[in-house]
Amino acid sequence: MENDRLPARARLPQEDRQLDDDLLRQAERLVEDERSARDACAMEGGCGPADDAWEDDGLMPTLGARTADGPGRFGPFGGRYVPETLIPALDELEAAYGEASADPVFLTEIDALAAHYIGRPTPLYRARRLETEAGVGPIYLKREDLNHTGAHKINNTVGQALLAERMGKPRIIAETGAGQHGVATATACALFNLECVVYMGAEDVRRQALNVYRMRLLGAEVRPVHSGTRTLKDATNEALRDWVTNVGDTHYIIGSVVGPHPFPRIVRDFQAVIGREAKRQILEVEGRLPRTVVACVGGGSNAMGMFHAFVEDEDVALVGVEAAGEGLGTGRSSASLSEGRPGVLHGSLSYLLQDADGQISPAHSVAAGLDYPGVGPEHSFLRDSGRARYECVGDEAAARAFRILPRLEGIIPALETAHALAWAIEAGRRGEIEGPVAICLSGRGDKDAVHVAGLRGGAAREGRRE
Amino acid sequence: MPAHPLGPIRERFEKLAREGRTGFIPYVTAGYPSRVHTRQLLTGLVEAGADVIELGIPFSDPMADGPTIQRSSQGALAAGATVDMTLDLVGDLRSWSDIPIVIFSYLNPIYAQGIEDFLMLAADAGVNGILPTDLPVGADPDLEHQLRHSTLDLVRLVAPTTTPERVREIAAESEGFLYYIARTGVTGARSRLRRELAAEVSAVRSASYLPVAVGFGVSSPEHARAVARMADAVVVGSALVDSLDSEGVEGALRFARSLRAALDEGGTG
Ligand SMILES: Cc1ncc(COP(=O)(O)O)c(C=O)c1O
Repeated sequence: MENDRLPARARLPQEDRQLDDDLLRQAERLVEDERSARDACAMEGGCGPADDAWEDDGLMPTLGARTADGPGRFGPFGGRYVPETLIPALDELEAAYGEASADPVFLTEIDALAAHYIGRPTPLYRARRLETEAGVGPIYLKREDLNHTGAHKINNTVGQALLAERMGKPRIIAETGAGQHGVATATACALFNLECVVYMGAEDVRRQALNVYRMRLLGAEVRPVHSGTRTLKDATNEALRDWVTNVGDTHYIIGSVVGPHPFPRIVRDFQAVIGREAKRQILEVEGRLPRTVVACVGGGSNAMGMFHAFVEDEDVALVGVEAAGEGLGTGRSSASLSEGRPGVLHGSLSYLLQDADGQISPAHSVAAGLDYPGVGPEHSFLRDSGRARYECVGDEAAARAFRILPRLEGIIPALETAHALAWAIEAGRRGEIEGPVAICLSGRGDKDAVHVAGLRGGAAREGRRE
Repeated sequence: MPAHPLGPIRERFEKLAREGRTGFIPYVTAGYPSRVHTRQLLTGLVEAGADVIELGIPFSDPMADGPTIQRSSQGALAAGATVDMTLDLVGDLRSWSDIPIVIFSYLNPIYAQGIEDFLMLAADAGVNGILPTDLPVGADPDLEHQLRHSTLDLVRLVAPTTTPERVREIAAESEGFLYYIARTGVTGARSRLRRELAAEVSAVRSASYLPVAVGFGVSSPEHARAVARMADAVVVGSALVDSLDSEGVEGALRFARSLRAALDEGGTG
C-alpha cells in the first residue's frame, strides 16, 4: 500500500528496455507469487508475505556453496577458530539450523513473526529531497528503522531466539555495541520467555544510556565490560567466555555476520529478508534493479542482508561504508576492510585492524555500533573478489548526515546509518554513482540524539534559536 | 637423524613414566610483569623441577582466558612484550637447559608473523611444541598440516564437552601430549576440582597412546596431588600468575616447589 505513494515506472533509455522488461516480468511474477501464497495462507488462518517464505529463495547460501574453500568458508575467510569446548555447540547449532531451515513449521512461524511482530515488510521509500541534496536519483531508503525496536537487528534475534527455543536452550547471551542488538535480543527473549544476559562495553553503556534502560525494562540483565577497550570487541570476548562456561544450557545470539561458522551464515540468512524485499519493491516501482546499493558496515549484518539478494546481479554496484572515525591513518578508525589485514578474531578469519605483531588495534567511531576492529568474513570475500567495494566516512561527515536527513525527509537515522547516507550524498555530488540508489536505512537515531548534541557542544541551544 | 626419535616432549614423558613420576608443566605469560621477571621465573621453574614449560604469547583478546590471564596478557603487552621477545626468552633458556618448551598462543599473533616464518624462528630459538588455543582439530586443515609437518609438536586440547568419537580424532591428530581441559570454562584458579574429572581423564587416556596432561583450574598442592593420581602431567597457570602478582617471583617459585613436592608424593608410581 505504501507503494501507492511512489511514482509509476520511470522512463528509461532505449537500450535498457529489453533488460528492464525482463526484470519487470520478474517483479510481476514475484508479486503474483506473493498474492497466491497469501491467498493460500488466508485459508489456513494467515501468515506473512510469501516472498519471505524461505523455501522460495532457499536458505542455503548461493554464494557460499559456489565459492567456499571448505565448510563455513567464504573463499578463504570465515571458519571456526574457537576453543575446543565450543565445537560440540557449534555442531549442534549447525545441525539444528539445517533442520529448522528445511522445516515448513519453523519457516511459517518466522514469517508470521516477521509480519505481525516485527512489522515486515518494511517500506521502500523514495527520498526526493535527499535526491536534490545528493544530485542523484532516484534514491530509495529501505526503512529498517521502522522495524519493531528501531533497527534491522530484530530480524536476526527473533530468528535465533526461535532456534534457541527449538534447541531447548533456556538461557540467551548477547554482546552489544550501540545497544540495538542488545535491545533486539532482550525483546526476542521476552517474547519467547528466555533468560537474557547482555554484555556491553562500559564505554558504550555510557554512550547509549537509553538502550541500557530499555534492555532492563525488557527484563534483561546488562553486564558492563571493563576489560580492554571497554567497547564491542571486549563485550564479544566476554560473551564468548560466558558461552564457553555455560555452553550446555545457553545459546549465544551473536549480533552480526561475524563469529565462528555457522553464525555468519545464520545471521546473513535471517537478515537477507531486507534485500529480498527491497529487490521486489524496487522492481515493482522502477521496473528495474538499482544501479547502486549502499549500506553501512560495522560487523556487516545490515549490509550483508541488503546485498545478498543482489550479489548475482552483476550490474548492481554494492557499496559498504565503514567508519573512518577521526580519519584513515590516524589510528582512530573502524575501517577494517580499508585499513586492516586478514587475521583471526572471535572465531573467524577476516580483515582486522591489528598491529604488526598481530595484536588487535582498538577501533574508534562516533557510532558505537560500528566501533569494531573486525568485519564479517563474507564481506572480506566480497572485497577481495571485487564484487563489492568498501568506502569509509568519518565521524564529522556522519554527524552532518545525521542532521541533514531529519530536515530533508523527517527521518532521524541512527549514527551508524548516517555513514551510509553521508557517503551516498558525497558520491552523488561528485557524480560517482548512478541511480536508482537503494540505501539501507538500518536504524533510527533517537538513541543518538543526546550524544550528537553533546558532540556539537551546544548544538541543542543552536537548534532552539533556529 | 633427529636426536630424539619421539621428539623431546615425548622423551620427557617416557622418562617420567620410567621413574613413576607425574610431570609438572607451569604456564608463564611471556613478558609479565616484564621480560626480566619472566627470565628469572623461567630459570627458577626449571630449578624447581618443571618438566615442560608452557610459555604464553600474550594476546590482546584472550577469549579463552579468565581474569588472571587477561590481566597478565594486558600487563605483558603494556610492558612491550612481542612474539620476538617471547622467542628470545626461549633462546635464553635454551642456552643452558634442554627442558621441552611449548608455545601457548592464540592464532593471530602467529598468523601475523607468517606461519612459515614463525615456525622457522621458533625452531631456531629452541621451541619444541605449539599449542594454539583457537585452532580446534579440523578447523583449518591446510594450516594444521603445515604445523604438523614442522619440527614442532602440535599439541591439541580435549574438553569435557568433546564427544568420544571426537576424542579419538583429536588423539590421532595430536603430537607430544594431549591437554585435557579440567572444566567447561575459561582459565582461572578455582577452589575445587570437579568430581567427574578422574573418570573423564581415564576415558581420554584409554582413547590415546599419548600422555595426557590436565590443566585449567588446578590451583593448589592438594589439586596437584589429586590430578597426579589420574594424569601423566599437571598444568598450572592462573594460580602461578596469581602468586606472582601477590608475592613476586620468589613467592611464585615457592608455590612451584610446593606443587612439585605434592606431585612427587601423590605420583602414579
Ligand atoms: C542501526 C544500526 N546500523 C548498523 C549497525 C552495524 O551493525 P551491522 O554492520 O552488523 O549491520 C548497528 C549496530 O549496532 C546498528 O545499530
